[in-house]
Amino acid sequence: MRLDAFSICHRYDIITAVDSVSVSLESGEFIGILGPNGSGKTTLLRVLAGVLKPCAGAVLLDGEDIHKMPPKLVARKIAVVAQNGYIPFPFSVRDMVMMGREPHLGRFSRESRRDTDVVSQAMTATGITHLAKRSVLDLSYGERQRVIIARALAQEPGILLLDEPTSHLDPGYRMEIMDIFKSLSRRKNIGVMAVLHDVNLASQYSDRLILLNHGRKVADGLPEEVVTKENMESVYGVDTVIQTHPVVGCPHVMLVPGSRASGQVEG
Amino acid sequence: MKKRLVMLLLLLFAAMVIAAGVGAVTIPVAEVISILLGRIPYVSKWIPNMGIENAYATIILQVRLPRILLAVIIGSSLAGAGATLQGLFGNPLADPYIMGISSGAALGATIAISFKLPSVIPGLSSVPQAAFLASIATMTAVYFLAGASGRVSMDTFLLSGVVVSSFLWAVMSFLMMVSGDSLREIMMWLMGSLSNKGYAHVKMAAPYVGFGICVLIVMARDLNLLCLGDDEARNLGVDPLPAKRIIVFASSLVTAASVSVGGIIGFVGLIVPHTMRMVVGPDHRLLLPSSIIAGGIFLVLADTIARTLIAPCEIPVGVITALVGAPFFFYVLKRRKR
Repeated sequence: MRLDAFSICHRYDIITAVDSVSVSLESGEFIGILGPNGSGKTTLLRVLAGVLKPCAGAVLLDGEDIHKMPPKLVARKIAVVAQNGYIPFPFSVRDMVMMGREPHLGRFSRESRRDTDVVSQAMTATGITHLAKRSVLDLSYGERQRVIIARALAQEPGILLLDEPTSHLDPGYRMEIMDIFKSLSRRKNIGVMAVLHDVNLASQYSDRLILLNHGRKVADGLPEEVVTKENMESVYGVDTVIQTHPVVGCPHVMLVPGSRASGQVEG
Repeated sequence: MKKRLVMLLLLLFAAMVIAAGVGAVTIPVAEVISILLGRIPYVSKWIPNMGIENAYATIILQVRLPRILLAVIIGSSLAGAGATLQGLFGNPLADPYIMGISSGAALGATIAISFKLPSVIPGLSSVPQAAFLASIATMTAVYFLAGASGRVSMDTFLLSGVVVSSFLWAVMSFLMMVSGDSLREIMMWLMGSLSNKGYAHVKMAAPYVGFGICVLIVMARDLNLLCLGDDEARNLGVDPLPAKRIIVFASSLVTAASVSVGGIIGFVGLIVPHTMRMVVGPDHRLLLPSSIIAGGIFLVLADTIARTLIAPCEIPVGVITALVGAPFFFYVLKRRKR
């Protein structure tokens, strides 16, 4: 499975959020999207998911225009883990994960044995089986995030789009969840594209990084090629020291305090 | 899941039997049951002929049953529409009247009463007919004012409903002020009452309610996803806009139909779904049918109290639903906390 976006633009009224960005994602690949606040990361992800229509360019899912496909077909191939949304009612964890089967169910059909099995597997993979009957509203932030991930897995997608899946999580949870995604992309050959705020986390887990600034793609390549002193300076406006992670071998960023004087940097 | 629905259906039948037996003439339970079941084809074969007085059968079938059926229809639609809109807005405070349908019906009824409009359907007063037409017109107006042909947020919908509704209430208040001696009749209608209603009313409301409720039940799974927000619904394969349109249309239709025959009966559409959510959980596939049945039970019982408490006088059933509903709701909330 592959997802290709060709020179996508998106505007909110007169503000251009995404400006001719092209990306492609293949099965088994793990791509991190980096960029400062307001650089168009989330908008790009929503366009790729088919939620937003681009004002120019096209997104092809296995060669088919995603914005012309019925949402149900898209949802069988692409799952999205958005930033924690508002859940108005106390759905049980199991019900919540079962919602991931929706794209596979017909209008009048009921859940089959297979649907139940897929849901159980998804809950095992994210380690939430013991929470099955609890209400999602009673869970901690990290547990809730795992429920949403399990729901995405229940969709049996070929592609996972993640919008800051680990923000608000402590380092332990953060690593645990990133490990889940990494192993999914390896074992199940799922293509993962994750919007991340944490440059080091992104560098550590991604096969490829894309750096956005003001809606434009400013760098695209291996972590070593993207996480450079120059890029950090020009995009984030910070002075950094970049070293190699002693265990993983990826570039690791250390901020030099006080390097970004207010007013010195735009955006 | 099925067990609970069957239980609720049995409770509904029990409520109907009690309601049919209670009144100026008290009729024993066994006889009520045999009269009711004796009217159902196929089932009637199994009912022994107990030599029931004809008068009993007349009282039940001609006087009490149409009113009970009406209570079931109205209670079900209000509770069903309430559960639906609470899901759609993701807000447990939503009720069937939130989008202004009731104000349309109220204005229609007020016009029919104060100008003594002639009836179009024989055997049915002009009031429900005018109320129904006006509420459908209101629903259409709210829909187009909200710009529903393009992308529309539920907030815009709500606002548009509030605006249309306050405009209509203003017109209605003026009409009430100049209406003179029909004021009392208008007030009775506004408070919601099932007195002086017959099979004609049942026949008028039933098709719309039946159709609308079926649509809502079919859309239950979509509702589960829609209450999580548009993006989430879409990412899980439900196109939010068309789904919302269908759901808003169906819930408006059942509300309009039941308000036009029963007046503005409050509280049912708010507390029944809320209570059922605490009992059966938030999954709309179970919540919707349970609310629909429980709404019927609640209104049948409330109406029985309304007509018997200070008999021969009648209390508007809307007064009872609020009087009984509010404390009961409190009890449920408190028990829920444990």
